[in-house]
Amino acid sequence: MTEEQAALMPANPKMTARDVKVFYGTNQAIKGVSIDVDMDNVTAFIGPSGCGKSTFLRTLNRMNDTVASARVEGTITLDGEDIYASSMDVVQLRARVGMVFQKPNPFPKSIYENVAYGPRIHGLAGSKADLDVIVEKSLRRAGLWDEVKDRLSDSGTALSGGQQQRLCIGRAIAVEPEVILMDEPCSALDPIATAKIEELIHELRGRYAIVIVTHNMQQAARVSQRTAFFHLGELVEYGVTSEIFTNPRQERTKDYITGRYG
Amino acid sequence: MSAAPATPAKDAPRRNPTNWRSDVMQRRIARRYASERLFKLAGLGAVLLSAGFLAFLLISMLGAGLRGFTRTEITVRIDFPASELQLAPAAVNARSLIAANLPAVVGDAADKALGTGGATLLSPGAWLTLRDAILDDPSIVGRVETISLPASTEIDLAAKTGGSPESEAAVERLRKAGLLSTGFNSTFLTTSDGTDPTQVGIWGAFKGSLLTMVVTLLLSFPIGVATAIYLEEYARKNWLTDIIEVSINNLAAVPSIIFGLLGLSIFLNLLHMPRSAALVGGLTLALMTMPVIVIAGRNAIKAVPPSIRDAALGIGASPVQVVFHHVLPLALPGILTGTIIGMARALGETAPLLMIGMRAFIATPPGGITDPATVLPVQIFLWSDEVSRGFVEKTSAAIIVLLVFLLAMNGLAIYLRNKFEKRW
Repeated sequence: MTEEQAALMPANPKMTARDVKVFYGTNQAIKGVSIDVDMDNVTAFIGPSGCGKSTFLRTLNRMNDTVASARVEGTITLDGEDIYASSMDVVQLRARVGMVFQKPNPFPKSIYENVAYGPRIHGLAGSKADLDVIVEKSLRRAGLWDEVKDRLSDSGTALSGGQQQRLCIGRAIAVEPEVILMDEPCSALDPIATAKIEELIHELRGRYAIVIVTHNMQQAARVSQRTAFFHLGELVEYGVTSEIFTNPRQERTKDYITGRYG
Repeated sequence: MSAAPATPAKDAPRRNPTNWRSDVMQRRIARRYASERLFKLAGLGAVLLSAGFLAFLLISMLGAGLRGFTRTEITVRIDFPASELQLAPAAVNARSLIAANLPAVVGDAADKALGTGGATLLSPGAWLTLRDAILDDPSIVGRVETISLPASTEIDLAAKTGGSPESEAAVERLRKAGLLSTGFNSTFLTTSDGTDPTQVGIWGAFKGSLLTMVVTLLLSFPIGVATAIYLEEYARKNWLTDIIEVSINNLAAVPSIIFGLLGLSIFLNLLHMPRSAALVGGLTLALMTMPVIVIAGRNAIKAVPPSIRDAALGIGASPVQVVFHHVLPLALPGILTGTIIGMARALGETAPLLMIGMRAFIATPPGGITDPATVLPVQIFLWSDEVSRGFVEKTSAAIIVLLVFLLAMNGLAIYLRNKFEKRW
């Protein structure tokens, strides 16, 4: 990392990545990415399809472990701890670094069970009453409580797409993560549901370090304070969102945000 | 107007617009509709043909088999005080009745009541019916009693379908005297194999099938599902798992008699397990059923959307929790369907069980999984081989029992499957 790049990184990083390379078999998807993510800002990853932004996001909570052919090089730390070290428990890591996926994927269980599942497997609730409190708090924070409080026993899959996605966010919040990774959380939603999710991201900012992958540049401009532009597996530019969109340093970034390609 | 319109390239001559109304086009469309109709009719014909076969099978079997559940009975008047049976009602029990020579008492009473040769009109097991009646109500040994006793095979057949001239004449005579009646053949549902068709029953084989199926299910279901889970969720893709996969697929297609030989050489010759036992039958059939469950289980597990796995992993569920909390419940209906198919095949299997000695003549119902037993399909096979004509209807009746067993088993599995599907 050059000094110029280092100067653009946030001051108190929650997660840091240094020279991360990801290979699928012999095909290199990420070519040495270094980036810091902090608690105070929402960080957006933008870039054209296939640029590796989702792949990189999934290295942050080791979801790539489930892909047999994937191999990760470089170091990624959470609070200074190497998450790829053998001492790191991946189950615990994923509880600390939660994830919201592109397609809403609630469990085919009741709304209550969807949210309660995480706290239950991690033993976060001592009693049924505790669990009720956690479920209510998480659904309130996800902005879903008022809509579903009378039908918590209904199936989570019976909700609308936007509600399902907020349920998934509530489910991620319920285990009290430190970081929330969102992989194009609005790409399957209509504009109104998208607006609600964006509003929710605003409210969650500061409580959790939020990283959001989006292919929608307006969305990145709206929700994030820092933006990273990925292209062909490289991190082209990382900086304050307003700077990236108004005054990009790199030619490629400029071409992308002005719609030259993508 | 100097600018000429763009001329088509020489190698791409301009096409005339398609004339959809031309005769050629109309004929082509008519042909397409005709082939559509033909295909539909062929499909309908195939369905009707198979429905016809099924109806024929059911009707012929029910026609022959339902008679096996009834028996012809002859009303016999027995004068106990005048007979050899000199027992006080209080002294009556199964042993004292044998000691008092009950069979001879029945024979004498039949001769007296029905004329000379009357004893031969009754089933050799008629005294068993009388014994049960006496044990139910011991007071009848102190008085004159009329009681319906099962007729012999000849009389039974002559009354139902017709037989030799002598037996038909005897039936005619009994019918005129009002002594002939038709009753429910409870013997058939409560006893085991025997030598006389009027005395055989299906209970022994039914119980044998039940025990065998329990052993098969208890072994093949957990092992099959565990194998499917391991291969789908944990095993790395390499040459070893490829070989295992090919082997399992091949096992599912191995002729069943081969499994019988395997059972014979391993369970009987090597491990010295009891011959003809439901345990060995169940083990052998479990070997046969397991590959079917593994294949169905793997397909069901594969069909669980990856997004559910991601969701569970994403909030920190361990792989085991992902499997048992999410994947398995969603895959269970599919796994159960595979299990039904495998178990239904095992229930109808005869060949491998012949190899491990389950074709022995066994006249008592098995008490446990290590007792000698036979199963329904083997019993059907054995009875179909019998010379006596009385066994024909018993064979059909046994087939009906087997099919009812099969339907009940499938019904239970479908009920379970729907129940698990509703939970989600």
